[in-house]
Amino acid sequence: MIRLDALSKVYATPQGPLAAVDEVSLEVAEGETCVLLGPSGCGKTTTLRMINRLVAPTSGKIFIGGRDTDAADPVELRRTIGYVIQQIGLFPNMTVAENIGVVPHLLGWSSEKRRRRAEELLAMLALDPAQFLDRYPNELSGGQAQRIGVARALAADPPVLLMDEPFGALDPVNREVIQDEFLRMQRMLRKTILFVSHDIDEAVKMADRIAIFRAGRLVQCAAPDTLLARPADAFVAGFVGSDRTLKRLRLIRVRDVMATVDGPGAGSGPTVTPDDDLRRVAALFLTHDRDALDCVEADGRVVGRVTRAAVAARLAAKAIQ
Amino acid sequence: METLTFILHNLPAIGERTVEHLSIVGVAVGVAILTGVPLGIAITQSQRIADTVLYLGSIVMTIPSIALFGVLIPILSKIGQGIGWLPAVIAAMLYAQLPIVRNTYTAIRNVDPALRSAAIGMGMSTPQRLARVEIPIALPVIVAGIRIAVVINIGVTAIAAYIGAGGLGTFISRGISQTDIRQLITGALALGLLAIACDYALLWLQRRLTPKGARPRAA
Repeated sequence: MIRLDALSKVYATPQGPLAAVDEVSLEVAEGETCVLLGPSGCGKTTTLRMINRLVAPTSGKIFIGGRDTDAADPVELRRTIGYVIQQIGLFPNMTVAENIGVVPHLLGWSSEKRRRRAEELLAMLALDPAQFLDRYPNELSGGQAQRIGVARALAADPPVLLMDEPFGALDPVNREVIQDEFLRMQRMLRKTILFVSHDIDEAVKMADRIAIFRAGRLVQCAAPDTLLARPADAFVAGFVGSDRTLKRLRLIRVRDVMATVDGPGAGSGPTVTPDDDLRRVAALFLTHDRDALDCVEADGRVVGRVTRAAVAARLAAKAIQ
Repeated sequence: METLTFILHNLPAIGERTVEHLSIVGVAVGVAILTGVPLGIAITQSQRIADTVLYLGSIVMTIPSIALFGVLIPILSKIGQGIGWLPAVIAAMLYAQLPIVRNTYTAIRNVDPALRSAAIGMGMSTPQRLARVEIPIALPVIVAGIRIAVVINIGVTAIAAYIGAGGLGTFISRGISQTDIRQLITGALALGLLAIACDYALLWLQRRLTPKGARPRAA
């Protein structure tokens, strides 16, 4: 869906040319979320901003849906790409409904259609349309404003979303909530998303694939579990953190490691469900000093058993897929 | 008491002079808005040009108005308009430029870069971005510049009475030449009230034009 081909951005500085983005090639499949991850100044935001042509590439090509974006008019191109930024950038002179309606307005939708679309999006984001449509941005909390920012990017139903640290300005609690909401929405909408972050936990949570950047170069691009299991080099290993094994636990579900059991289980002690992730399993192993747990469906039926040995084997297996 | 009687007897003349005064200020500020606002927006594109334009504007502001009239007389005499309404309007218009250009420039420059980035990233063309985002947000500050220009111009136009432009300054110039304290006070009082009235009217307009979402919220 999105293909970057040897994309570079070189800035002239007093110390000579500086490659902010250096020959980055990357493909993001339709419906996939790819998180561009790295320390500040690594070129991830510049890469993102080249895709909607806010920054002109020095060399290289960008294809969206197979079309070379050089051939497109930048203004027309941007209207087909949802864009969310950390500072949110809601226009203070417009109401929530008008903010959401910006791109539809540019595309010439009628005012009733724009308003209906705004209502629909607010409802999808768990905000009461009657209460929020006519508010101004300064009457919103940070979390509400960021949800409106996402709604605005989705307004014209673009196939591609570019998100530049969209949840970076929120407090940790709010961030988790919005991330969960967004994941739920994305499962429905299946947009092709490029998402910039400097937070490994956020990346592991949101990404189908993570692209790690360092000094303008793409160092490794892999599924979160692969990245955590097999960092390509010392930089990636350092960036994902020494607790990378613990991070992997969140990515693995009980159903992936449990041995199927028919009939009654051990019967006592704490249980888990097949959809729990291994963080819960590890916590129960440690707090209850257990080596095995029963795995129970919502109706109370014991369906499997998860053991320390199985978890260890799963973590040792280098990656899924 | 004498002055009050003078004022009451000369109300129609005061009214006439006020209209003259406002016609000069109105035309001058009107032209200054039509030229200064686009100029203020245009110079946001280049720091260097902006510095030059604002510097030239400041130089104009330092010229005493009476000297500016002096310069305009020989130039405009060529078209037979050396004194009177036209030089007054031109001088007032020049003095109105700086506050309007500077406020427009500053207001547009101060629009949060994130808003500009969002507007461009969403696919607004430059005119759309100016019309829908930057100018509405900058408008209160632009109107504040217009307020300053109007108050300055009421003062400049008072002096234009000396080059035969009429207006409320006529009472003051005659009061001085005829040592008539009644006319002096009448002129000063009328000018002061006019300046305050215009300032308040524009302040009201400035508040009206402030986008609802940018108004300070009641607690």
